[in-house]
Amino acid sequence: MSILTWTYLFVGLSFSLYLFIAWRVRVKDTQGFYVAGRDVPAYANGMATAADWMSAASFISMAGLISTMGYAGSVYLMGWTGGFVLLALCLAPYLRKFGHFTVPEFIGDRYESNPARLIAILCAVFISFTYVAGQMRGVGVVFSRFLNVDISTGVMIGMAIVFIYATLGGMKGITWTQVAQYWVLISAFLIPTIAISIQLTGNAIPFIGMGSTLLESDVSGQFVFLLNALDSTLREFGWHSYTEAFQGKWSQFNVFATALTLMVGTAGLPHVIVRFYTVKNVQAARWSAFWALLFISILYLSAPSLASFSRYYMIHTLNGVSSENLPAWFHSWEKTGLILWLDDGDGLVRYSGDSTNEIFRSGKLSTKEVETIKAQHALWLTENSGSGMNGRQIMIDKRLNGPDRDIIMLAAPEMAGLSNWIIAFVAAGGLAAALSTASGLLLVISSSIANDLYFRTLNPKASEKNQLLVGRIAIAFAVCVAGYFGLNPPGFVGQVVAFAFGLASASFFPAILLGIFNKRVGTIPAISGLLVGIGTTAYYIINCVFFEGSRWTLGFVENGITPEAFGFIGMLLNFTVTLVLTPFFPAPSKNMQATIESVRQPE
Amino acid sequence: MNSNTPKKKHNKYWEKNLKIMTALLFLWFFFSLGCGVLWVEYLNQFHLPGTGFKLGFWFAQQGSIISFVLIVFIYAILMNKVDQTNLKK
Repeated sequence: MSILTWTYLFVGLSFSLYLFIAWRVRVKDTQGFYVAGRDVPAYANGMATAADWMSAASFISMAGLISTMGYAGSVYLMGWTGGFVLLALCLAPYLRKFGHFTVPEFIGDRYESNPARLIAILCAVFISFTYVAGQMRGVGVVFSRFLNVDISTGVMIGMAIVFIYATLGGMKGITWTQVAQYWVLISAFLIPTIAISIQLTGNAIPFIGMGSTLLESDVSGQFVFLLNALDSTLREFGWHSYTEAFQGKWSQFNVFATALTLMVGTAGLPHVIVRFYTVKNVQAARWSAFWALLFISILYLSAPSLASFSRYYMIHTLNGVSSENLPAWFHSWEKTGLILWLDDGDGLVRYSGDSTNEIFRSGKLSTKEVETIKAQHALWLTENSGSGMNGRQIMIDKRLNGPDRDIIMLAAPEMAGLSNWIIAFVAAGGLAAALSTASGLLLVISSSIANDLYFRTLNPKASEKNQLLVGRIAIAFAVCVAGYFGLNPPGFVGQVVAFAFGLASASFFPAILLGIFNKRVGTIPAISGLLVGIGTTAYYIINCVFFEGSRWTLGFVENGITPEAFGFIGMLLNFTVTLVLTPFFPAPSKNMQATIESVRQPE
Repeated sequence: MNSNTPKKKHNKYWEKNLKIMTALLFLWFFFSLGCGVLWVEYLNQFHLPGTGFKLGFWFAQQGSIISFVLIVFIYAILMNKVDQTNLKK
């Protein structure tokens, strides 16, 4: 069977499975809709949290990012797992004891203020939309690459599927489909990674294989370690070494602050926090944090291995090859523009980190533009620079050096020489990753609007049935908005992700942490801290990313603080402002203090 | 008088909770931002025995994640135990 047939089969089967689960667990009350009736077992909640957390970006792009960044890629590995330690130790058990439905609800109730609630709603909705737009786009990209349909059609299909199972089953439906999606996405990630590990190092466990010697001996007949071989190959071809720390803009401060921002941001993301409201009790909340991290770590330990394997593999299979000997995966992904070759005239490929590089990607260029560049380049080569244009120079000016990072994961099965059905399975895995995250986010948007804004702020007398209806309408609305952004992605989606983490770490994390561990913090200091944290972070990121404003050095950071790392500063500001103001303003009401006290009892 | 005893017991519970939390947060920082970022260049002189991993690089890409899983595991066991003993009393 062809790849296309296999892909239709796997995608069709997995989608029917998700819909079947959603129909089986459909809900009738708000408890079930928002917090899955609070009866999800810890391991299942852990698995669902893992699927919720691992997005299209983790599945498709992260290995590629690490592959090009080397050591600096660790910020994503540490950041997106280390946040769960903070969540498990500092937030989850206590939030479960407070027993709310959502994060804005906690902030509004704890600080006894509707303005605080409103700020939290805005943050939660903004963060979730930023994220969900990327997921919808991810669905479209997977469809277009594997099934040869339009990106737009792909986004529409994804919207329809998420809409059906999220409105039907609410949190309950989402949780149980996410459990299924976890298995699809983790096996789709592991199979090619294990295969490529066996091929290069002979070891079936990827994260051990990464530290092993290569199967093939080098020219002098010695068996060298994969990482050593990778380091010397990279230096030979003009890149910086893979394992050495702190290169380029990644100074020690920026690595530290970015990793910390991602950790704190992870712990502050509403769609992750809300998962710990769905379990039976505090003990289960602690165990489910453990299960979640365990299930996540399986992917996060394999991703750096895949990153180093495929970087090594790619450089070695491409360099010095003539056009007849190009590997098959090169041809299949060349069609999608993820990788392209513009020769310098010697007929041999050179993929390097300096000006001799001949491997590029088409980025946002249209097929027509790429064809023109290729034609001009061919002309330039044959006429010996008499006419035509040097295509390599054009690509360098457009900063399109090297293949697209997504190719590392997407082409992995072909690089490992696996059969067609595995390639199709990876497509189903990418869709599972995107859909599971999108549905979790949509529920946060819907609960923020229906529960926090409508029920808690606008119409506190609303009936159960009424609330559920508003919740379902809010999901429908959110799906449409997310779909719109998926169809017309703002050009800056990539940079906006820095925003989501920066805001989460500058707003929710300090507010929740102080709310639990400091009985004295009252309304005004908390709101001031929130506003200062959010305001500075937003200002800095917008100024740096959109207006090319200069980066702060604070007198000691070489090359300035990167926007991704700024959430850490925003968080410190939030803490400082809140704590400095606290003694000057009244403490929370007696009632609230008693509630906080009750959270400090064993349950 | 009656309200005094549970208050004392609960304070002990909360103190124990904070102690476990601080100790584990220290380990969290030590293995990730410490070994993986702050001291990475020093640790990179060494290798994880028998493998091709430079030690600092290993902590940044694998060791930190493994330690996170263990930390959360230990936390769940310890705290759930503390909960149980305090509830029995």
